[in-house]
Amino acid sequence: MAQLYDRYSPIVYSVALRVLGDTGAAEDVLQDVFIQLWKNPGLFDSSRGNLGAWLSVIARNRAIDALRKRRPESEIADVIVSVQPDLAGDAERSRAMEKVRGALGAMPSAQRSALELAYFEGLTHTEIAAKTGEPLGTVKTRIRSGLLQLRKAFQT
Amino acid sequence: MTVHEEFADELALLALGSLQGEERAAVEKHLEGCAACRLELQQLRGEMALLALSTAGPKPPARAKERLMRTIAKEPRSQRSESHRAPWWAVLGWATAAAMIIMFTLLWQQNRTLEQQVAGLSAELKQQQAELAKARAIVATLTKPDAVITVVKANTLPQPQGKAFYVRDPARLVFIANNLPQLPPQKAYELWLIPASGAAPIPAAVFKPDAHGSATVINPPLPVGVQPKAFAMTIEPEQGSSTPTMPIVMVGGA
Repeated sequence: MAQLYDRYSPIVYSVALRVLGDTGAAEDVLQDVFIQLWKNPGLFDSSRGNLGAWLSVIARNRAIDALRKRRPESEIADVIVSVQPDLAGDAERSRAMEKVRGALGAMPSAQRSALELAYFEGLTHTEIAAKTGEPLGTVKTRIRSGLLQLRKAFQT
Repeated sequence: MTVHEEFADELALLALGSLQGEERAAVEKHLEGCAACRLELQQLRGEMALLALSTAGPKPPARAKERLMRTIAKEPRSQRSESHRAPWWAVLGWATAAAMIIMFTLLWQQNRTLEQQVAGLSAELKQQQAELAKARAIVATLTKPDAVITVVKANTLPQPQGKAFYVRDPARLVFIANNLPQLPPQKAYELWLIPASGAAPIPAAVFKPDAHGSATVINPPLPVGVQPKAFAMTIEPEQGSSTPTMPIVMVGGA
């Protein structure tokens, strides 16, 4: 567990901190995610994707639940993640990080903003449309094509 | 497999947890029966994981690890292991954790290999099922009691010959021909169903024989219930014609 913690806690913590903007609250998410993993090692199996990817998705979802003061949705068992790069090693992670930042930087700002509002602030497409004054359909498409652009960055 | 376009945007919203109520229920219902969209959802979650990487930088404080280790020392593991848990479990916590990691990895690899094998086998099975269905359709046409068998002949040597096995309802036709003369360039044979009612000949199939002059036509699309007077063959442009071009090269009455 200590090894898993050393390897993956930075990614879990940093995504929680980015969502919550508060170190104490981010630490709580970090604890929660690793305690879930400790209590239920069977929750994670190979068919769910690589552990780093899986933990970061769980961490983001838990942080959004905390941000929106929602009760944690019991969705940990349902989350299956399929991702190309293996995020276990530091080198792979930092290469992937560079690619992600590059892809985000290359996006038009409206698209990046829609994606970040949905991902880091947990706003729904309806809330984003209300906030930016853009049509709902445009917001939906921006979010999806933003995610697809990230995928494309890892296919080349 | 392709993702259903009408759900494409919604899958991204579902991955992000933005979808609620009826919209969410509709997508989840679709996912139950659509493997392509389930895979797309997994991949979109993969992109979410990648997005998390853009935040990498801040490290958790050292006290967080101490707190976690203190907590898990007191926490029971999963319900499944609880009933089998021996008293030395807690003492050997670290060794157990290391063993778990190794086991995780081994099971993970094994599972991946098995998944690949299953995928290969199911593709093979699908192909065999398709071939079996085709063979069954041929046998059904050949053995149906009401099948009309028509011999379509010409008077030159070696004598070209065709046999049409025809069932009216459902409309099924198997046509097997031999010794067909080779065709001029850009031409093909066209088989016609000539209705007993005196209606216009119905185009049944356009085909070219192989190097030995043999050809087989299996269950081309035909209207249901046509009583045949004869089957005939003409030579037509490659793309086929809607009315026969004279002369009729072979004909046989039903």
